[in-house]
Amino acid sequence: MTTLIPTFALLGASRSFSGVMALDHVDIEIYPGEVHCLLGDNGAGKSTLIKLLSGVHSLTGGSMHFDGEPVTLKSPRDAQALGIATVHQDTSAIPMMSVARNFFLGVEPTRGWGPFIRYDTALAGRVALEQLRTMGITRVQNPDQLVGTLSGGERQALAIARASYFGAKVLILDEPTSALGVKEATVVLRQIQRARSDGIAVVFITHNATHAIAVGDRFTVLIQGHVAAQFLKGEKNRNEILDLMAGGEESLDIFDRDDR
Amino acid sequence: MKTTTAGAGIVRPLSTRWSSLARRPAFGSLLVTIAIFGFFALNAGDSGFLTSSGTAGWLNTAAELGIVAVPIALLMISGEFDLSIGSVVGASGILVAISTSQFGVPFEISIVMALILGLVTGLANGVLVIRTGMPSFIVTLATSFILLGIALGMSRLIASTSTVSLRVEGPTRELLAGKMGDFNASILWWVAISVLAIWVLARTPFGSWIYATGGNLDAARRAGVPTSRVKLILFCTTGVAASLLGVITAAQVNSGNAVSGQGFVFQAPIVAVIGGILLTGGYGSVIGVCFGAAIYGIVSIGLFYTGWNTDWAPTFIGALLVLAVLGNNMIRRFALSEKRAVPTMPKVGGRA
Repeated sequence: MTTLIPTFALLGASRSFSGVMALDHVDIEIYPGEVHCLLGDNGAGKSTLIKLLSGVHSLTGGSMHFDGEPVTLKSPRDAQALGIATVHQDTSAIPMMSVARNFFLGVEPTRGWGPFIRYDTALAGRVALEQLRTMGITRVQNPDQLVGTLSGGERQALAIARASYFGAKVLILDEPTSALGVKEATVVLRQIQRARSDGIAVVFITHNATHAIAVGDRFTVLIQGHVAAQFLKGEKNRNEILDLMAGGEESLDIFDRDDR
Repeated sequence: MKTTTAGAGIVRPLSTRWSSLARRPAFGSLLVTIAIFGFFALNAGDSGFLTSSGTAGWLNTAAELGIVAVPIALLMISGEFDLSIGSVVGASGILVAISTSQFGVPFEISIVMALILGLVTGLANGVLVIRTGMPSFIVTLATSFILLGIALGMSRLIASTSTVSLRVEGPTRELLAGKMGDFNASILWWVAISVLAIWVLARTPFGSWIYATGGNLDAARRAGVPTSRVKLILFCTTGVAASLLGVITAAQVNSGNAVSGQGFVFQAPIVAVIGGILLTGGYGSVIGVCFGAAIYGIVSIGLFYTGWNTDWAPTFIGALLVLAVLGNNMIRRFALSEKRAVPTMPKVGGRA
């Protein structure tokens, strides 16, 4: 497995904000066809790490590699150009716009020529619905339906479908399940598995250990800007992961400690 | 169940077509237009409201308002506001009047000068809003006052009055301010601008960008939409439309007046909101705004034909504004509740 070149990697990556270290020498490797779960409590540095990976912030130390080549991301646009798609918890959709327009926002298909170039509504509607269906969302029947009518899980599905349709090589999912109910979260987890089977390198940020174990192949636990642990699927159980996330302290007796 | 094919190989029940009409942002203003027209047809039908000159009366009023209200509506959908249109209308009118009558500039050249004035004002508004992050309400209020002062000051300096007469003849004047019976050429301009705006909003990528910019600025930017350029273009469009209206009204009344356009400053956003445009951006339609302009025209002219005192027209419009906002909020909530309870229809022709 390690003979494979990681699609996206950070080596000794650091980021400080006016002297305060938000991330300190973080090594992370993200492989194609794998789900890399990024775990950590609030303030552990997860958001800073996402912002580095998606080009919002730049590194103050260490290096970044894409397909084995060193890269520098100066803006989210640079990241997008490389095929790095970021799906945010709730801000990626535009509720007052239709499903089809949301799906193709910024990359609208056109037809015709010269002054008659126009937005290809038929194609956009057809593709958007098709892609939603492959994600298992069959409830949406009308591409002109406003995204505001979709549930949280369906909006995540739309965003994930959009990213994979436009050929994302790396898909960064920022807490996609945290605002969802159990059923909806299951739908999103299934889409993560689908993206993985399409060969996409998935980064799954969560603080829900159960969700992480359900789909993760590789795990990184962050504590106060440091990598506290990195392990592969099956190497640690839920309780060990919860202990790690809480800073390695045995303070979690309050949680229901079933061994699943 | 009765079904009808609605593109993309999807079968939708007939009833959803009706309810999808009722979910359109223009639906409320359509109903109000019908109701208001019916009201004045009943109360003023005998006294000439339904005659050709009565119809021309409200269409002319609606057209002048619509020429600026439609671009303002697009700007509002993108999440911005423009209070400077009134001053641009006045300044353009006085610019055309002074340059033709005092300096002998050809009418066509003076029109180009006026349009450039509108473009520059729009550009200034846009750049200030985008660069400083100040709310467009404040920025355009400032440019409005600055321009109003310049227009008044310059006209008094050059012509020693704030109203300058304008005498032009020829095809250009006919194109802008000609008449067919009682119907003004401005109606055609209104229609042309509306058709263009409908096309842009519904049938071009730029239309999606306008909605996205006003609907969720961060998400739009992340999706690669050049949101600053979208706003800049819309500010410029509004400015140019306002100067076009200034030229048209000046040619109609044969004089330019520096303060003549101030009425449009609030009338335009009022009819946009009556037409279903969301004040916070991201939602609305051009056809709704056209209904809004028609409502304004019908009320102003209809009241005159009833023989009632037209002083009451603003009260009427104000009450309509409140009702329209309440009604449009309901329609929007309805649109956002679409199909929650409808069971999944059988899939027909999956990859059509």
